[in-house]
Amino acid sequence: MPNILHRLEINTGLAQKMMTGFIADQIAKAGMTRAVIGLSGGIDSALSAYLAAEALGGENVLAVRMPYRTSSQNSLTDAETVIEDLGLPSLTVPITDMAEPLFEQFNGMSNVRRGNIMARLRMTILYDQSAAFGGLVLGTSNKTEFLLGYSTIYGDSGVALQPIADLYKAQVRQVAAAVGVPEAVIHKAPSADLWEGQTDEGELGFSYDDVDQVLFLLVDERYTVDEVVDEGFSRAFVEDVWRRVKANHYKRTMPNIAKLSQRSIGHDFLYLRDWTGR
Amino acid sequence: MRLKVGLAQIYPKLGDVPANLKKHCDYIEQARKQGADLVIFPELSLTGYQVQDLVPELAIRASRDDATFRTLLDASQDIDIMFGFVSEDKRERFYTASAYLSGGECLHVHNKLYLPTYAMFDEGRYFDQGENARAFDTRFGRVGMLICEDFWHMSPPYLLWLDGADILLFHSASPSRGLDSGDRLAGTRWVELVNQAYGSMFTDYVIHCNRVGYEDGKSFWGGSSIVGPDGEFLAQGPYFEEALVIHEIDLNQLHRTRSRLPLLRDERPDMVLRELGRIQRRDSE
Repeated sequence: MPNILHRLEINTGLAQKMMTGFIADQIAKAGMTRAVIGLSGGIDSALSAYLAAEALGGENVLAVRMPYRTSSQNSLTDAETVIEDLGLPSLTVPITDMAEPLFEQFNGMSNVRRGNIMARLRMTILYDQSAAFGGLVLGTSNKTEFLLGYSTIYGDSGVALQPIADLYKAQVRQVAAAVGVPEAVIHKAPSADLWEGQTDEGELGFSYDDVDQVLFLLVDERYTVDEVVDEGFSRAFVEDVWRRVKANHYKRTMPNIAKLSQRSIGHDFLYLRDWTGR
Repeated sequence: MRLKVGLAQIYPKLGDVPANLKKHCDYIEQARKQGADLVIFPELSLTGYQVQDLVPELAIRASRDDATFRTLLDASQDIDIMFGFVSEDKRERFYTASAYLSGGECLHVHNKLYLPTYAMFDEGRYFDQGENARAFDTRFGRVGMLICEDFWHMSPPYLLWLDGADILLFHSASPSRGLDSGDRLAGTRWVELVNQAYGSMFTDYVIHCNRVGYEDGKSFWGGSSIVGPDGEFLAQGPYFEEALVIHEIDLNQLHRTRSRLPLLRDERPDMVLRELGRIQRRDSE
């Protein structure tokens, strides 16, 4: 497989400036000064926490750890390192006692169903803390998983703003290293940690480095599938990636509204989300 | 003759003309205190950029009868002002417009000629195209105004140059894009390249004011600048931050540069027109 990862290299200082500026602006436009973030111990939420702390001041970023019974101890420890390094106020809200009564109502619930429920419980906790702490819920999705649909709709995608969702996983690593995310967090295998031994790359069936390159060509550089194949990537892989991107578009858009009237939300009632504020 | 320019690279508040008018008046006052002769605001500085369905309620007429316009006319008694607004004509057509005010009078209004309607841009949905690229006289000589996409096309600056503009006044709301490993965004590099090219090829002053701030996740990169007739950057504002950049230019440099490099003297508009006519006739066959 070819290697074009160098084409995904970015000016991390500029990225940091644009993302911290965006966070500060969005929070201010909401009439707030604070943010709430679910901290898993992984690189995406760690980077988001570093950016939010720089934008808002660490004391204004509530870090919430929401472990399940099977969550790895490493995740909790890594999250703790981030919390201490940034001096964030923090909470630990275990979800085992909330999730299991629901799991038990259905026999043989699959890992995917359990994982989705856990993601949505975490969203529920974060939005409750949003009201309690007075801060917006900060998203931690990256561009790779957003494009692939490797997320739970109304779970980890249920957030108020998305600071790092235009960065591929490889770019998340670059910025994370530049802003001082701990080495252990940057280098461990990415995992949704929804069940024991789960890794993103194991579940997806390919590596982030490989898929980042294909997505970069298809999306950012507007290559056709055939043109990406001409660059040396396998046709089966490129077609599978593009199929996933298309199949999961519903996760990236608002639900369609049946148009009936002369002027309808989502069709021709066109105002920015930033219509008011600041 | 010298001209002290103020580049007010502000963050307009989307859809809030009264708040933006106040900000204009504050920056005009600051520029005046610093001895500026001319202060330039960004594209759509009175309204914000992605105004969408707000267009009809934000539109004003370029007339003393409009209270907002009158406030800025009155502010232009001893400092010239260029700003951006949504203009409405008498028949419900809306334009992205720039006004140049001086001595309490409006010397010129330019309606944006090229409305980007591709990729993240959707201007053609809301605005009508302007029809004229015209230079006009000011107390500092003849100048021309263009708005953002207008100067991504080479013909409007060229026309203003031939129409006598020695100073090209550009303003924009340029969204940040193209983050790569470069020291600046690809979009920034592109704009700086073309501004420098116009200064060099026209032996003109190119004065550009670009906004800052955020709208729905898009940021605007600022970096307002002045390029001299020798094609070098003479002043540059900060990227991403609100600022009032004050810089004095020496208009006598125009004749010194053109003595060395008579590109304007040697330009052949008759040949251009003849060849354009031929090309147009061929393409219409």
